Amino acid sequence: MIKNLTSGEREISIFILVLVAIAGLAMAALGRADPLGTQGWIVILLAGSLLWLIFRAAFEPEPVEERLTSYYDDPIKIGIALSMFWAVFGMFVGVWVAAQLAWPNLAFDAAWSSFGRLRPAHTTGVIFGFGGNALIATSFHVVQRTSRARLAGQLSPWFVLFGYNLFCILAISGYLLGITQSKEYGEAEWYADIWLVIVWVTYFVLYIRTIARRKEPHIYVANWYFMAFILVVAILHIVNNLAVPVSWGHAKSYTIWPGVQDAMVQWWYGHNAVAFFLTAGFLGMLYYYLPIRAQRPIFSYRLSILSFWGITFFYMWAGSHHLHYTALPHWVQTLGMTFSVMLLVPSWASAGNALLTLNGAWHRVRDDATLRFMMAAAVFYGLSTFEGSFMAIRPVNSLSHYTDWTVGHVHAGALGWVALITFGSLYTLVPNLWKRERMYSAKLVEVHFWLAIAGTLIYVFAMWNSGIIQGLMWRTYTDEGALAYSFTDSLVAMYPYYIARAVGGLLFLMGAVIGCYNMWMTIKSVPLAARADDAPVASAAVPGE
Amino acid sequence: MDFDYDTVVAFSKTWGLFYMMAFFLCVCVYAFWPSNRQRFDRAKHSILDRDDEPWQK
Repeated sequence: MIKNLTSGEREISIFILVLVAIAGLAMAALGRADPLGTQGWIVILLAGSLLWLIFRAAFEPEPVEERLTSYYDDPIKIGIALSMFWAVFGMFVGVWVAAQLAWPNLAFDAAWSSFGRLRPAHTTGVIFGFGGNALIATSFHVVQRTSRARLAGQLSPWFVLFGYNLFCILAISGYLLGITQSKEYGEAEWYADIWLVIVWVTYFVLYIRTIARRKEPHIYVANWYFMAFILVVAILHIVNNLAVPVSWGHAKSYTIWPGVQDAMVQWWYGHNAVAFFLTAGFLGMLYYYLPIRAQRPIFSYRLSILSFWGITFFYMWAGSHHLHYTALPHWVQTLGMTFSVMLLVPSWASAGNALLTLNGAWHRVRDDATLRFMMAAAVFYGLSTFEGSFMAIRPVNSLSHYTDWTVGHVHAGALGWVALITFGSLYTLVPNLWKRERMYSAKLVEVHFWLAIAGTLIYVFAMWNSGIIQGLMWRTYTDEGALAYSFTDSLVAMYPYYIARAVGGLLFLMGAVIGCYNMWMTIKSVPLAARADDAPVASAAVPGE
Repeated sequence: MDFDYDTVVAFSKTWGLFYMMAFFLCVCVYAFWPSNRQRFDRAKHSILDRDDEPWQK
């Protein structure tokens, strides 16, 4: 991998890593006993390990000139590996925190392993670690193939990938140390947030420059989704994380947003993180890998355009449905509720478009678990967007809010939609990228599929049950007008569902581990494909320009 | 007239609706414009092409 960088590029990367290490040293020096100091040492350690890797290969011969006439796949391969690592890590922590809710002793009386610290480690690990790396890897793949152009940079893809993972590590190690901004899905503190801005702007510039190099006249719709993802996440991240640190030597900061505005900004961020991180980018995957795997063009390209603009414009207004019955002005709550219901139209347009693409290829869905992953993802996408619109309605929300129903809804989306489309895309991508004939074992893909489906269903049904029971118990009154159940009563009623939830999560984790093994064995032992790639034949191919 | 909370609310409750409707119409016109059909058809088929090299030129 490093061999494919010129000596000049190797020098620049050494220079960048030294700068990062100096920044880490400054954090360690200024932070001293503050957790910021520990975070500084983590930065130095990571920059140092990358430096060591580069120094080891520093005097390798210059790369061949021909590399510039092929696609740049090295960062994608590492991105896939990182994504699968984070999947196992994040899902393991998820199973752990789920088990803690059933058996609290599993916190082992340590501060770092308490529920409050592990829970953001789980969410950040799966959303940003697993999802984010998968998005970066697939976006690099899709933009090159659909633009018929190589990535517009040799170093910047690596900077984006490793810089992003540095952010993930800083965030998660910070939570375990007790650092948090107390903003859901945006818990990382100011220094990590500033670093992510630098990385993200580089990502955006790289993406735009690659598209500018395209040889195809039209920008394929998957790229629109990826671009919306990159651009909007930048805006959300910056606005929600505007904060003033206590001092340069402290990890702690205070947001500039006061009171209810802080709540509104947080949920504008939080819901659009669902919209643009967990939906738009993964729809980009859907619109590319599903047609490729099914060997059929997308059912309606026009519909994909309409639903793209519907999703980008409607989602922006939906965040306030997280704040029903709060100090937020009533009309803002109503606005959020209305846009959430309207969102059903573009969401179902995308889900329907995906399923109609499979019309005529259902025998392939039956035989090919990889394609079935994507089909199931589209179904779960349709189901969870319906559920989301429904739960955003104010009276429904009065029952569902603060209960496990919300948790179940999030996981219907995260496991059923996001993770399934990612696994389907990665199973399509891995043999293609490493130029193998096929995956190591189609049977293991099949096993993974059924573990994932069973895990998701067990999880979601457990949370539906427990959530609705919770909601009903909390609003049951006695004849005298007093609450019939105490909080502890409702907690005791949750016990069997919490065990079921941990089992569902465990099945899903087992599937991910099997996926890792299958991918590893594909790279290690499956013979190289005879053809240059395994992309399918187009039914109506259009010759090049 | 003061520029305060009520001004912003009044604007978003009136013109806020119209600009979104206008935007919606623009998107529809773009998606259904007859001469765009060929471009879209080509786009959706071209990802299925089999070559795995960037195009030179």
